[in-house]
Amino acid sequence: MVAINVNGTTREVDVDPSTPLLWVIREQLSLTGTKFGCGMAQCGSCTVQLNGRPIRSCVTPVSAAVGQQVTTIEGLAPSDSELHPLQQAWIAHQVPQCGYCQSGQLMSAAALLEANPNPSDDEIDKAMAGNICRCGMYGRMKAAIKTVASASYYDAAATADGSKA
Amino acid sequence: MNKWTRRGLLTTGVIFGGGLVLGIAIRPGNRTPGLAPLVTDDGETLVHTWVKLDTDNRITVIVPHSEMGQGVGTALSQMLADELDADWNLVSFEEAPAIEEFANHSLGQGFLLPGVELPAMIAPSVEGVLIKTAQALDLQITGGSMSIRATGQYGMRVAGAAVRELLVESAAEAWNVPVSEVSASKSYLAHEASGRRAPYSEFASAAAEKTPSLAPRLKTPDQFTVMGTHVERHDIPAKVDGSALFAMDVQVPGMLYATVRRAPTFGGNLAKLDDKAARGVRGVKDVISLPADEIGGTMSSFAAPATVAVVADSYWSAKQGLDKLELEWSSPDDVKRSSDDMFAQFDRDISQAANRQADIRSGDVAGAISGAAAVVKADYQVPFLAHTCMEPQNATVSVTDSGCEVWVGCQNPLGFRSAIADALGMDSDAVVVNNHFMGGGFGRRAIADCAVQAALLSQKMRKPVQVVWSREEDVRQDYYRPAIQSRFSGALDENGNLLAWENTYVNKHEPAEAPLIPYSVDSLDIGHVESPTHVPFGAWRSVDHSQHGFFTESFIDEVAIAAGQDPYQYRMDRLKDKPRHRAVLKKAAEAADWGTPLGSGRGRGISLQESFGSLVAQVVEVSLVNGETQVDRVVAAIDAGVAVSPDGLTAQIESGIIYGLTAALYGEITIEDGAVAESNFHDYQALRMPKAPIIETHIINSDAPIGGAGEPGTPGIAPALANAVFDASGVRVRRLPMSRPEVKMQLEDWSASAA
Ligand code: FES
Ligand code: FES
Repeated sequence: MVAINVNGTTREVDVDPSTPLLWVIREQLSLTGTKFGCGMAQCGSCTVQLNGRPIRSCVTPVSAAVGQQVTTIEGLAPSDSELHPLQQAWIAHQVPQCGYCQSGQLMSAAALLEANPNPSDDEIDKAMAGNICRCGMYGRMKAAIKTVASASYYDAAATADGSKA
Repeated sequence: MNKWTRRGLLTTGVIFGGGLVLGIAIRPGNRTPGLAPLVTDDGETLVHTWVKLDTDNRITVIVPHSEMGQGVGTALSQMLADELDADWNLVSFEEAPAIEEFANHSLGQGFLLPGVELPAMIAPSVEGVLIKTAQALDLQITGGSMSIRATGQYGMRVAGAAVRELLVESAAEAWNVPVSEVSASKSYLAHEASGRRAPYSEFASAAAEKTPSLAPRLKTPDQFTVMGTHVERHDIPAKVDGSALFAMDVQVPGMLYATVRRAPTFGGNLAKLDDKAARGVRGVKDVISLPADEIGGTMSSFAAPATVAVVADSYWSAKQGLDKLELEWSSPDDVKRSSDDMFAQFDRDISQAANRQADIRSGDVAGAISGAAAVVKADYQVPFLAHTCMEPQNATVSVTDSGCEVWVGCQNPLGFRSAIADALGMDSDAVVVNNHFMGGGFGRRAIADCAVQAALLSQKMRKPVQVVWSREEDVRQDYYRPAIQSRFSGALDENGNLLAWENTYVNKHEPAEAPLIPYSVDSLDIGHVESPTHVPFGAWRSVDHSQHGFFTESFIDEVAIAAGQDPYQYRMDRLKDKPRHRAVLKKAAEAADWGTPLGSGRGRGISLQESFGSLVAQVVEVSLVNGETQVDRVVAAIDAGVAVSPDGLTAQIESGIIYGLTAALYGEITIEDGAVAESNFHDYQALRMPKAPIIETHIINSDAPIGGAGEPGTPGIAPALANAVFDASGVRVRRLPMSRPEVKMQLEDWSASAA
């Protein structure tokens, strides 16, 4: 048995500790928003956050998540009634085409803004370079990220609870 | 017959299914008693094959196409809602079930509306299947950029207008007033003189008893209220919170997972299988070999290769097991060939020109060439390409004694149903297909190979089985965009006028018009020779335009430059009688500041491509830095007749350009010893955000028939890029991709000499 905390809830799963986190999230926990795209840290479809940092869950053994906080796309929105600002911007910019890559894109983008609320174009490029979109929605994603960055959501949040940089 | 379950409809949020539904307005609701129970819930009336109304006046459009990401459901609903004078806020949509009544019987039964040209993409693949054969098949295809221009234009709009007429008539009868005095607006009917007003829903059942008109009066573009406006896509919210269900997300109780390896050489077979170690992996349930003859045809004329599957209680266990298999494959000697062998074969066959078939011929090409002041010659080559949909191939199938249920994301649900039924030896009626969002289609999800594997494995295991291919399998077992070669000669007079255009290429597929050019030229001879290879091929976004767009738009550039003229102006001068072509080309050139200086190491290239009923011009700006090509900006202009959903069209053009640019920069599937050498995104690269250009799309609304959106952005990017690289460096790229070492060396040499 392995115990992991995903989106604030601790769950026990009966898997080999070397099993990639991706398959535990999808198959054991039925959180299917996190996607499989390549299995070798090339495409970013499987991106989740481990203590707020973006990781490729297809190459991360579940054992590495023990005692850590895992956040998946299902846990990105602050509440059931409110979307994360990036999710709202994704809708406003009509970003998704097929949508398959988008959970990973959003998790990478959210981690970027959490660490760097006002990224430059180059910093956005760098942070998002690990996430492929075969539908090619790069321009829209970048515009959506900039909308949220310029709305200073993260700055406001930082002032409010004093904890975020 | 099972009810097309709410699960099937609602878990996907939208509905997919059908294909060409030309002439759908023929079937009134009351003549299709078989349909209503399949799609209606309490309080809903199926007023028409494609329209439901409920007691709260909500309208549900039944959309006969599959969602690959193109927003088709929203756009088709806009077309129907507009003609219906519906309140857009009350409109939603569902996918049509994969059942014959909802498919395109109109085709086989000659129900085509008068004057509707049968689109060439009707054939289910690029293998040149005749329309006749296509009519006999179960066709429910999303492809050929046809959803909007065929289904929408001739189906959804007609259906919407017909239902509006039925509702108006029903209200007039109920109110005992002349039809001409009843008006419809925003889902309400009104009779002004008497002040009566009632929602559409009040007349739903009366309307359902009537026979819809085949030729209702359609609006003119100035009357559109929903078409041409920006509406948000209905499928997007579920795609930002992880709740959108793709086929791989399906979990059926008791389901097992499987992953497969197929013979690496196309046409290869299994020589030895030792599965002892694999069976020892925790969770592995079985190792099953599926010989080629058992798999049979999977909607493609290529023989299915021998397959070994590992079935387990999780994907990871299955994958671990697969990696522990000791496998030896045999392959026939005649397929142990390389890409280079095939290009040598193409070159030889073009030179020999045996049995050359002409696509088009006019004037005296030989005479023009022999009397020309200058003759320009060039050969171009493009490689095999994989589709690499973001979602690897997968399917879930549950076979029981009473039938078979399938969960898949596919471009052709009815075709999948019959392929699976054939493989299982079942009646099509016993197979239910639940179609899901597709994580990319691009032509790949029209072939049922993976779904057939899942069906056979479920039958053997007597349990539901989900087959998930690794990315490696997805790259190596595709139906590839074919590699081909094309040879040109252009004859010029002393003023640089184009006297003759001669072109011979190998292996013609579809659409037939792909190699044709819009430019006026006195003598023309375009033709092809057959030079088959053993590599399976299929439709790839924009099909043959993806190849010929590069060839013809590169060569016209070479001709213009040989003539000492500006490539934009040279094209314009040869489009004198083509105002739509001129308009898009001009729009793109002007918006991109064509003709203004760019500085050293930078260049501009232009292209014009007509495909799937739409015209697209592109201007590309590049910078060359140490032999690397950086695409800075792409300006595109599109005339798709009328843009039904302008933002959706813009997004499709952006998407098509990035897809084509990825291929132009990096795309090459290499055949070595008969098998594919590449395997995953590290060696079959995709364009990523840091390299993505700024794309500006300009839409021209002409009054031409509605054209396609999903594919027309793709063909023009490669030639515009190659033309831009030439403009920047004088290096002419005639073989894609740009990342080939030969191209890099040339560009590095240029950089060194320019420095
Ligand atoms: S699936 Fe993990 S990076 Fe592609
Ligand atoms: S939206 Fe389809 S891969 Fe990104």
